[in-house]
Amino acid sequence: MTDDPHPTRRAHKRRTVLKGSAVAAGAAAVPPLAATASAEAAIASTVDITLSVNGRDHDISLEPRVTLLDALRDRLGLTGAKKGCDRGECGACTVLVDGERIKSCTTLAVMRQGSRITTVEGLADGDRLHPVQQAFIRHDAFQCGGCTSGQIMSAVACIQEGHAGSEAEIRDWMSGNLCRCACYQNIVAAVGDAAREMRR
Amino acid sequence: MRAFGYTVAKDPADAVRLVTTTPGATFIAGGTDLLNLMKDGAQAHDHLVDLNRLDMAEVRAQGAGVRIGALARMRHVAEHRRVREGFPVLAQALLASASPQLRNMAAIGGNLLQRTRCGYFRDSGSACNKREPGSGCPALEGYSRGHAILGGSDHCIATHPSDLAVALLALDASVHVLGPDGARRIPIADFHLLPGSTPERENALRRGELITHVEVPDSHAAAHSRYLKLRDRATFEFAVVSVAAALELRGGVVRDVRLAFGGVATKPWRSAEAEAALRGKPLTAANVAEAGRALVRGAAPRPDNAFKVELVQRAMAGVLAELGGPR
Repeated sequence: MTDDPHPTRRAHKRRTVLKGSAVAAGAAAVPPLAATASAEAAIASTVDITLSVNGRDHDISLEPRVTLLDALRDRLGLTGAKKGCDRGECGACTVLVDGERIKSCTTLAVMRQGSRITTVEGLADGDRLHPVQQAFIRHDAFQCGGCTSGQIMSAVACIQEGHAGSEAEIRDWMSGNLCRCACYQNIVAAVGDAAREMRR
Repeated sequence: MRAFGYTVAKDPADAVRLVTTTPGATFIAGGTDLLNLMKDGAQAHDHLVDLNRLDMAEVRAQGAGVRIGALARMRHVAEHRRVREGFPVLAQALLASASPQLRNMAAIGGNLLQRTRCGYFRDSGSACNKREPGSGCPALEGYSRGHAILGGSDHCIATHPSDLAVALLALDASVHVLGPDGARRIPIADFHLLPGSTPERENALRRGELITHVEVPDSHAAAHSRYLKLRDRATFEFAVVSVAAALELRGGVVRDVRLAFGGVATKPWRSAEAEAALRGKPLTAANVAEAGRALVRGAAPRPDNAFKVELVQRAMAGVLAELGGPR
């Protein structure tokens, strides 16, 4: 597996899931997939993967259809990322993958092996909250809290991208996060305040 | 979401082979549309072939143009200096699309293959000729505000939702694909298909063909181009009407003009008629108005979307004004 860019990744075990690089590269006669498994067998199959979340590796076994969001919440117990729409629209499931914000409901967990995933649980430095978390508290930037962890993760990336220079810019670049309670005014203020603080 | 198998492709040829030989298989890149379609039951696949480890994400200058890998993410293409300088309409169309999170995920190839946002298509409980050929089109007599005034048929009037495709169409881009029979190049104008009597066929791809990259040629007009997207919210919304315009003026006369439209047609819509009404002529209000009339001459509006007939002409005039035309 010298060509595997992610040597810590554990191999898929079931025959229904071909290991892309290793199997195909190593064997001249790769059995056609249809010959190794019926659709029904595929339904029962799970794959063993390692997810790197908040600096820690987690070995889990799951079906390919499990989204990253469901893996985080139901398998790793990290319920900070919320399931709102489950269609990539509300942003409550926002996490960082290799430093970039994504919607974890519209990606599969198996697709995120070898990536560094950060959830809201991994944002604070011990007991010291991240500046964006502190700003959300200072500005009372939430009511029910359902969207808040997604808003905070999105805001961290928004600030890092350099898209928090004005209220209009924050509104545009935070548009992937909806707040049903409509706390937008305070969210925008919190993001702007945190951006100024982080630039200092 | 129904269960499926999963394989990571090791190179483009491997990906093509896997999808060609595995029953019910398809490619997955960003997954931002595919997974929604699968969750909603609008599409079902027994196997996904993951493209994300393939070396196809590069954006680079190539000859007199730019070459965009099919796995390049929307954000990275929009941020690329060569794209921003040589093809402003392309960068603007990308930044007017989706949300920041989705632009970090969604790949260029998949963007061209995203499916219509027609509510009847997305709702697996509704009839839809695109989803279930022969089942009927409720939009014809139903709620059609988001639907097409151009390019429709008795079988389908759903609009194509991609902003990127509209910009690429105005730029005369080409889509490069790899299939079981080798590589070929498809001009973007031939890539998306009119619904006709087969609305389930949306593009020129053959079974197993994989988009590898998109090429966009330089031109004076491309460097002087703009995207206008009109929508129901300021951001993170699909177009009601959009216009991609590229213009080269010389001595006040239109030397080159390309006009493509989104939100109004069943595929990304280029109007040769509107362009012909302007080419070789001064960019006067009268000529722009004539171009607008030429654009909508074959329009077949419905009660809910009749407003688009005037809106698209105004949008076109607005973009041309910003590019140097009459205000």
